[in-house]
Amino acid sequence: SLAKKVKEEKMGNLVEEYFEAHSSSKVLTSDRTLQKLRKRRLNQQTLHDLLKKTPLAYAAEIRDLNQQHESLFSKWMLQLHLGFNIVLYGLGSKHDLLEKFRTSLLQDSVHLVVNGYFPSITVRSILNSITEEVLDHIGTFRSPLDQLEFIIKRFKEDSSLELYVLVHNLDSQMLRGERSQQILAQLSSLPSIYLIASIDHINAPLMWDQAKLSLYNWLWYETTTFSPYVEETSYENSLLVQQSGSLALSSLMHVLHSLTPNARGIFRLLAQHQLEKKDNPSYPGLSFQDFYQQCREAFLVNSDLTLRAQLTEFRDHKLIRTKRGADGVEYLLIPVDDSTLTDFLEKEDEDV
Amino acid sequence: QQIQEDLNKQLLDNLVSFLCRSHSEFQEKTTEWTCRMKCREIPTAALVLGVNVTDHDLTFRGLSDVLQDNITPYIALLEAKDCPGIKNLMQKLMGQLMNCDIDVDSLEDEDHVQVSQNRIRCSMSSLINWYERITKKTDSETPSKKRNSSSRHWQSPPVVVIFKDMESFTTKVLQDFIVISSQHIHELPLVLIFGIATSPMIIHRLLPHSVSSLLCIELFQSLSCKEHLSTIIDKLLLTSRFPFKLGEKVLQVLINIFLYHDFSVQNFIKGFQLSIVEHFYSQPLSVLCCQLVDVKKRVNSLSHDQCENIRRLPSFRRYVEKQESRKQIALLTNDNFLKEETEKLLEDLHVYHENYVSILRCLHVFTSSLPKYPLGKQIRELHCACLENQVWETEEYESSLQLARMLNKTDLVTMLQQCVEILMSSSGKEFDKTIEKLKEFLTQFQNLEAETSQERDGSVSSQKELQKKTDLYHLQKTLLELKESRRSKKLTKFEMLRFEVVDYIDSLVRKYLVPADTRTLHEVVYFNAATVLRGHLNAAPRTALHTALNNPHWYLKNRALKCDGGGISNKAPDICIVYKLHLECGRLINLVDWLEAFSTVVMAAEEPNADAASSDQMDDVIHARFIRAVSELELLGFIKPSKQKTDHVARLTWGGC
Repeated sequence: SLAKKVKEEKMGNLVEEYFEAHSSSKVLTSDRTLQKLRKRRLNQQTLHDLLKKTPLAYAAEIRDLNQQHESLFSKWMLQLHLGFNIVLYGLGSKHDLLEKFRTSLLQDSVHLVVNGYFPSITVRSILNSITEEVLDHIGTFRSPLDQLEFIIKRFKEDSSLELYVLVHNLDSQMLRGERSQQILAQLSSLPSIYLIASIDHINAPLMWDQAKLSLYNWLWYETTTFSPYVEETSYENSLLVQQSGSLALSSLMHVLHSLTPNARGIFRLLAQHQLEKKDNPSYPGLSFQDFYQQCREAFLVNSDLTLRAQLTEFRDHKLIRTKRGADGVEYLLIPVDDSTLTDFLEKEDEDV
Repeated sequence: QQIQEDLNKQLLDNLVSFLCRSHSEFQEKTTEWTCRMKCREIPTAALVLGVNVTDHDLTFRGLSDVLQDNITPYIALLEAKDCPGIKNLMQKLMGQLMNCDIDVDSLEDEDHVQVSQNRIRCSMSSLINWYERITKKTDSETPSKKRNSSSRHWQSPPVVVIFKDMESFTTKVLQDFIVISSQHIHELPLVLIFGIATSPMIIHRLLPHSVSSLLCIELFQSLSCKEHLSTIIDKLLLTSRFPFKLGEKVLQVLINIFLYHDFSVQNFIKGFQLSIVEHFYSQPLSVLCCQLVDVKKRVNSLSHDQCENIRRLPSFRRYVEKQESRKQIALLTNDNFLKEETEKLLEDLHVYHENYVSILRCLHVFTSSLPKYPLGKQIRELHCACLENQVWETEEYESSLQLARMLNKTDLVTMLQQCVEILMSSSGKEFDKTIEKLKEFLTQFQNLEAETSQERDGSVSSQKELQKKTDLYHLQKTLLELKESRRSKKLTKFEMLRFEVVDYIDSLVRKYLVPADTRTLHEVVYFNAATVLRGHLNAAPRTALHTALNNPHWYLKNRALKCDGGGISNKAPDICIVYKLHLECGRLINLVDWLEAFSTVVMAAEEPNADAASSDQMDDVIHARFIRAVSELELLGFIKPSKQKTDHVARLTWGGC
């Protein structure tokens, strides 16, 4: 009962900690930003290079750990054949481990590797690769459910068919949806499909309800490897890495350098205007009429039409965004954060 | 391996047959009811099945088989996941009904074509057309050539639609379907069966009054899953048919998972299966785990190494130490002698099991009727208690014996009779004497009848006396006297006998219910690795991550990582340091501060061997390592990017976990 008491106390603490963490809406952190750090942002490539140079800490110990896990391979095979599916959890990338399992044991059998961390993977592509490559079926299906039905039918008819499916990161963004999990679970419940998957997210088990769990028939294996998530995080858009989605300074410069001086002037004008108003949070952008007026005064355009053509070009390069205000007037905005914009203007000044 | 697969199969067959049997009664009820129904509303059966959704598949399969045999060939099983809209539902329904029909009739190819045509335009009217065609066909055909089972079926058999998981259907679909089908109930005799996991209330919550008034609902209750569990334990563990046994801890783990997590019989079976696999995989002597008839053959075919394995068993060592020295030497050196001895020991073990089970049942008869159930109500609790340690040393056993000594005669007699029955049915040879003894007790009880009646007279007379005297003083006095006399009075014969019986039972318990781990060679048949089992079935990924991040030396055996107290060494892997730093923050984390703290820690760790010269490049490398660690934490779900403030991330966990 003492242990119970301790446990209860711990639970109580947990609850209190939760409310403590969420009690005040005010957050006490300093206001420093990365911009003020005056350091260039690393991009994906340099990051990769830098990390390659640094030696992996505790390589020997990690190798020992991996060897421990590898000794389980034959056991996994046995258990897969007995109708269980295997799920690996623990800290560290399990990519290499699964790859090793594949190369050492599955060389001669039909197997499918699914890279769940790949951002554009879908269940449909998994099912497609099964139907097209494993079952040699050419043809399309109306819905994944139909496709699944077809696969199940084929596998039930032909008992000689066997398929090993290895899924890296079953809990990735693309596969964690309810429907995809349902389909994968049904797939894995087929006796001649053997599934090995790895999960990393702390809340990954929340994906599965009772029904799915029983379809999956998991055996859990803890495989803490401590190896870095190289592949998995290479698609993760981190805050600290330059994101390809939003506009970065380098690309901004690049595009603008290929434009005519007048076009550059137009953009500059807009940028300056936006920076002047940056302290006003309700600033809707520059209205087209005002902007036209300003451009005319600076002798940058001579007609409404040329400005419109120029703006279309900007929009195609995602340099500006237009928004229609409440009064029906078109407002123009540059969808770049102010600091980048400041940097840009400074650079421009240097060039001129 | 082969043995194990055999075992597995045998076991599963047994289970399935058992489950079917347990459902059959229930199914018969429903089928009967389906036969009877014929009214204007849609007849509906609501089956309350309990929360263990995973076990229901078997029930429904059994149900549809029974229905198919007895009543109607038209059964459709619908699952919520196949029916997001009314269109899909109709499609599925049509497909299943027509396929069902083909299954039963095994018609020719032309019908196949029709089916595929029909699949394209699935509407209620086409369904009705189909139904009319089918019924007409059966009508028009000559009686002799009628459908193979039409003698059992009616002229217009009902169409049964089973909704497997009522709760997960969208309300709209369900309502629409019910309304539509109620329109056509005259042309198409539908019967609906809902599988309900929670309570019948759900019907009224899902369906508005206007819809539920179209249904004529009858409720059916299935057996609770706990009863299933006890029967399964009864059939699987408490028999001598299967040589493989579960140890106490393993059984406890399985029961706990069942009772505290999922109530799923299927998961229990899975756990049992897994323990079989583990046992036969990890224990080299598990080859000897077989029926008694095979033991001799297998023992003789043991290799020298396996003999060594036997010698290494702790229980065997204990056994050897108790032997005289000459025998000890023989056991430890001579393989053949060892084999003979092993065979004997295994036979002993087998006999022990048989005796154990029957005596356990006897004891259960006694303890299950006691007030407050000191030893548990179910036989599985008793079984666990007996396996855990010597049951007669526990307080609970003591108190139950005490209670047993106060039992009245009729109960005692019925219990004894039950015990005799149990012992008679058991195959153990040693019980002849016990049965004799128990029967003797019974006859003695019958003889006592006369004496006890006299006795009762006596007590009655004293009570009469009591009633005569009305004044308080006398009453008190007589009561005291009575008490005195009772204390001084010798025990009645009945009481004597009662004590005797209880003591005898006690001795039986002491003799036969010794826990399994004290038996020699118990490792061969008992599987006891509870932690392995728990790890595989009921894993805690979060705990694993937590230990790996907090105490990396748990996994990475390096002395540099060892650290006392709650702190963490600055030589730990990057992600551990980053994680530790993030624990100190509140709900939002400033990336710049975090980076700085990280680089301080890492610099301190590398100071001794790094020059200050290349500090700029060093900075970059640290920056890169930080980025990697942070994105790993993001992947693991500890943090996520936040828009609340620039360059901040939000923490998704709280406190120190």
